[in-house]
Order: sequence, then C-alpha cells, then structure tokens
Amino acid sequence: MPVINYIYIAIALFSIGVVGVLTRRNAIIIFMCIELMLNAVNLMLVAFSKMHQNAAILAGDLAGNAGSDGQLFVFFIMVVAAAEVSVGLAIIVMMYRNIHSVDINFLNRLKH
Amino acid sequence: MNNALQIVYLIPLLPLLGFLVNGLGRNYMSKTLISWTGSGTVLASFILSVWVFLQVKDGNTYVAHYFDFIKVDKLVIPFAFKIDQLSSLFLLIITGVGFLIHVYSASYMHEENRGHYGRYFSYLNLFVFSMLLLVMGANYVILFIGWEGVGLCSYLLIGYWFGNQSYNKAANKAFVMNRIGDLAFLIAIFWMISKAGSTGFAEVFSVAKGEVTGQSFTGFDITMITLLLFIGATGKSAQIPLFTWLPDAMAGPTPVSALIHAATMVTAGIYMIARSNILYSMAPLTMDIVAWTGLATALLAASIALKQNDIKKVLAYSTVSQLGFMFLALGTGAYVAAVFHVMTHAFFKALLFLGSGSVIHAMGGEQDIRNMGGLSKKLKITFWTFVAGCVAIAGIPPFSGFFSKDAILLSAFEKSPVMYGIALFTALLTAFYMFRLLFITFTGKFRGTAQQAQHLHESPAAMTLPLIILALLSIAGGWVGIPEVFGHGLDQLSAFLRPAVASLPHAHPVSHETEYALMGVSTLLVLVMILAAWFMFRNYQRKETAGLAKWLENKWYVDELYDFLLVNPLHKLGGWFRSVADPRLVDGLVNGVGKAVQYGSRQLRLLQSGQVGSYVLLMVLSMVLFFGIQFFLRK
Repeated sequence: MPVINYIYIAIALFSIGVVGVLTRRNAIIIFMCIELMLNAVNLMLVAFSKMHQNAAILAGDLAGNAGSDGQLFVFFIMVVAAAEVSVGLAIIVMMYRNIHSVDINFLNRLKH
Repeated sequence: MNNALQIVYLIPLLPLLGFLVNGLGRNYMSKTLISWTGSGTVLASFILSVWVFLQVKDGNTYVAHYFDFIKVDKLVIPFAFKIDQLSSLFLLIITGVGFLIHVYSASYMHEENRGHYGRYFSYLNLFVFSMLLLVMGANYVILFIGWEGVGLCSYLLIGYWFGNQSYNKAANKAFVMNRIGDLAFLIAIFWMISKAGSTGFAEVFSVAKGEVTGQSFTGFDITMITLLLFIGATGKSAQIPLFTWLPDAMAGPTPVSALIHAATMVTAGIYMIARSNILYSMAPLTMDIVAWTGLATALLAASIALKQNDIKKVLAYSTVSQLGFMFLALGTGAYVAAVFHVMTHAFFKALLFLGSGSVIHAMGGEQDIRNMGGLSKKLKITFWTFVAGCVAIAGIPPFSGFFSKDAILLSAFEKSPVMYGIALFTALLTAFYMFRLLFITFTGKFRGTAQQAQHLHESPAAMTLPLIILALLSIAGGWVGIPEVFGHGLDQLSAFLRPAVASLPHAHPVSHETEYALMGVSTLLVLVMILAAWFMFRNYQRKETAGLAKWLENKWYVDELYDFLLVNPLHKLGGWFRSVADPRLVDGLVNGVGKAVQYGSRQLRLLQSGQVGSYVLLMVLSMVLFFGIQFFLRK
C-alpha cells in the first residue's frame, strides 16, 4: 500500500483528536483525544519506517535494519503514553473526588 | 632650527594651564597668587612669541604637526600649527597686549571676592588660549575651534556679573549673533572639504590655484566660500548686519572690553580673511562686498558714536567703525594695511579702553560722560595717555593710527574716489567723536556729585603702567609701516609679511605727489575737526537732543528694527511652540504612546480567560499559522 494512505489516515486521526480536545469539555474524552493524536503520530512513525525499510531492500540492503529506529521509537512512545495515561487518569479521579465533575470548565480557579 | 619651533605648542598650552589652575583653585588660592598665575602664564607665552618672531623674521615658515585630529576615510585633519609672519605678528599682539591687560585687571578687579576673581582670571586665560589656537591653527578646523573658544569666552566675560539680568541678555545677544556667523563659517568649511578634500590652508590654496590635478574650485565655489567666510567674519568682527552685539558687550568688565572687544577677538575676522587672501583675491565680487560692507559699517558706527554718552559705548562704536576700516582695506586688496591697522588699533583702542576703565574706576562706576568733566587735573597719567590714544586714532602724524589709516585711505583711493570720499569723511567723524569724548570727559567743570569729586584719584601703578606702555606703543607702533614715499625700505611691515600676506598690486598706482596731497588733506581736515570739537565741547553743558541727533543717540534704531523684524517674531514663534506645539504635539506624542500601550494591554488582558479550551484553541490556531507560513509562504 502506498504510504500516502497512511498519511491520510493519520491526518484524519490527528484532526479528530485536535477537534475533540477543542470542542469537548469532558476531561476523559479530551484525554482520549490526546491518545488519538499520539497514536496518529505513532502510525506515521511506523509507516515511514516501513517505507524506508522497503526502499533500503530495493536498493540492495538485505539485512533490513534501515528504518528500524522509527519502530523502536513507537515502542517508547507507547510505554510513555501508558505511564501518562495512568497519571492522567489518577488526576481525573482526584478531580472528580474534589468537584464531583470531570468538566474542565470548572477547573478555572487559578484565574481567581 | 625648524625642530626647535616644534615646541610652539607651549604658547597656547601655558594659558590653558593658567585657566585650569585658576579655575579649579579659585576658592583656595589667594588673589595675589591668582593674578600672578594669570599674568605669568601669558607673559611666558609672550616671551615665547618674541622668540618665535625672531625665528620667522627672515622669511622662514614652519608647520608644526602634532597628531591627526580627525581621520575619516580620505579626509585627514591634522592638529597642526602654522608658524609664519602673519601668525607670529598676531601672537605678539595677543600675548603682549593680553599681558598688559592681565596686569591691569589684577588691580582693576581687586574689589571682587576671591572666587569671582579666580573665575575672571581663568576666563581671561581661556580666552588667550583660544585666541592663540585661532591664529596658530594650520587649517580652518583648528582655526574654527579657537573661533568658537573665543566666542564662548566672550559670552562668559560679558556675563561675568551674572547677577544683572540685562548683562546676561547682552551676553546671550553676543553669543547668538556670533552663532549666525559661525554657521556660515562652518558651511564654508564643509564646502572646502567637499571640493578640495582638505581644510589645510596650504592645501586649499593650492587647489584654488589649480596646482592639484583632479581637484579644482570653480569660480562659483570660490565666491561662495569666500562669501560664507565673510559672513562668519561679520559675526565675529561686528560688521553690518551683525554688529549690534558689540556695543552691548560693554556690559563686561572694562579690561575685557579692551582685550576681547577691541584688541583681539573682534580682529579674528580680519585675521581669517587676511589668511585666506589667496582665495579672496580670486573672488572680485566678494572683495567688492567686503569693501562696501566695511565702509558702510565704518560710516554707520562713526555716526552713532557722535552722540553716545556712555564712555564705553563711544569706544565700542569706534571699534566697530575701525573694524569697518579694516574690512575696507581687505576689500580693496590692501591686506597688509588691514593687518597693520589691526596692530595699531590693538594698541590705541586697548589704551583708550583701559583709560576709560581708569576713569570709571576713579568715578566709582560712573560711565556717563555727561556726569564727568574736568578730570584732567586729578587723573594726569590717564589724561595724557588718553590724549595719546585719541591722537593716534584720529590719525595725526607721526602717531601710529596715521600710518595705518593712511594706507587704508590710499588703497580706497586707488580703488575708487567715491570710496575714498566716504572713508575720509568717516575718518573725520572718528577724529571728531574721539575728541568730543576727550573734551567732555577731561575738560571743563566737574559735573558729578560731591561724593564722586571727593573720591576722584589716579589709579594705582598696576593700572597706569600698562597705560603708559600702550601709549608709547600707540605713538611709535606705526613706525614699522611708514609708506614707501618717505623713503625706500621704510615699510618694514610689508617686507616682513610678504612671505605670508601680500597686498594686491593696484592697477593705477598713484603718483607720489598725489599721495603727499592725500596725506596733507586728511591731516589738515582732522586738525580742523579737532578744533571744532574743542570749541563745541570744551565747556560742555547738558542739553536735550532732537532731530537727527536723536536718531544718532538711539543708534539709528537698528536694535529696534532687529527686534521688530526678527527678535519679536521669533519670541512669538517660541511662545507658540511653548503654548501649542509643545503640550499638544510633543507631549501628546509621548503621552499617546503611553495611553496606546495601556489601552492595548487592557484589551489583550481579556485573552487570559482562564478557559483551558480557549488556550488550546489559540495554541492550535497559531501552530496552524506557523505551519502555513512554513509550507506556503517561505520559499
């Protein structure tokens, strides 16, 4: 499959994520949208690394190590994202305990 | 030998040191020490000047180069002194007369308190320093530094008694009027730089003569440069239209009037034109303007002097008139005669001013000659030296003024008989008003108060000694320039100055008989004028003036004319700027900037809504914007 399709799908995912962050007030949904954006980026990394690998093989590099660092990077992102999710969800739980809501518009006390 | 002349920098440096010591130590030094420092430094400069004079006597000239003062691209203006016959003659006049006046001041100013006394001497020394810089500079820029320096000192000394507001106004007037001339001078310097690429006398003159390939002056350039320089000279040397500051400058102490406003500073313009004689000789139009301006000034000032009643004002207008004579000489090409008259005028006018100072001193500050009279009995030395000065300025042989004035009249005669007629008439007026002053002041009955009559006394030796020396110089000073008709080789001054300045040869030289006749006529008429003055003023009675005399007494209303034409409109303009332009425009601009920032920040503050969503939206939008710029606009 040509790499442009992956780009389209990643753009679509990222845009959905951005729009979600911008429009929704529910902290959990915003969180999910952030994950969506992260994964759009992951998708791009994997797609481009595969593309580089194919190009290297076609050029005669049969060991196939080219582009593997992009895929490695994705694993790191997934690990960090998992840690972030646990912290983020914990914050949301604490927020719910304090103000009995997960609406971020209530979180504007710093203003006053 | 030339290497020895390298130390001429000491000549201006010593008065500068005197200025620093007196200026900084004025509250710590005794008056005696202050006056010794002030006079001693000038005396040392005088001794050095005599030595310099002996070095250049045989026609040597020397340029002492010290360092590069300004260096921009191809333009190099060195700090250099030009030592030649012209500058050495001025050095002698400045330091010699300057020293005598310092000695005189030591006694004249003795009633001032210590701080002011020190201030006075420091200004005087600074003046001598600037004046020396002016005449020694080897290019127009150094000359200009001295030119500005003497202007500053003139301002400081006119306003020396700064407690009196009208004196401060006189100082301002002098400074502003000089400034007008200085601007023209500055433009002339820039003009020279742009056309000749240099301001050195030698370089500019060789460019003017066409000796340098690649650079040359057109006729228009030379005319404009000389005209601009002349405008500068009219400011400094008090010629029409910038002469009204000089009579007001009499607000300063009398020795200052003698030194600055009679003997030295006001002759700076004549020095400058004599120095630039090569340029002027190439600009006949400018020469005519110089001659006619000088002549008109001489006549106007002499007519005003006829009816002045302030002893110093008479001398001031007389100075303006004599300066006019010098410009007449310059304009008719008789540069040597002009320099000669500068020299003799320095002697007799300094003498007359110092004499008037002695009179004022004796009268306890009184300057109005209507309240004097009969002083000859009490002030014998002052009287006889004053007589010597009057005879010298009137031009009776063999006193000094005769020879220099005769040279000028002769030059005017060779140029045009009309000029000669006016100049002779002015010379007669000179004799008349000087002897009017002499008779009203010194003969007849005393018209002051009884208290003043009690107080009358001859001045101390420190004041009379300079008077006597100057009187001797006024008598004998002219003998260095006895005209050639009396015998070959008598005109030593022309021979001495020839390497630096030479008068233009005249197209129609007059015969010896004519020359004798001219001298005889002028001497005879001057004697008639003196007799007339004797009969009119020997027993002076105060009376009201009317008609033309009233015009003369009010100085032709020139000051009022200037007030009406320039000063008042400028005051009004200034008032408009103060009441309208400054608060509305300038303040409005400054306050407007402040208000705009305040208003803008109040609006921007609303962006800080505390809504996380709006922050994120802004973040995304700006990122999209940046990416858009990155991808689509930046190539």
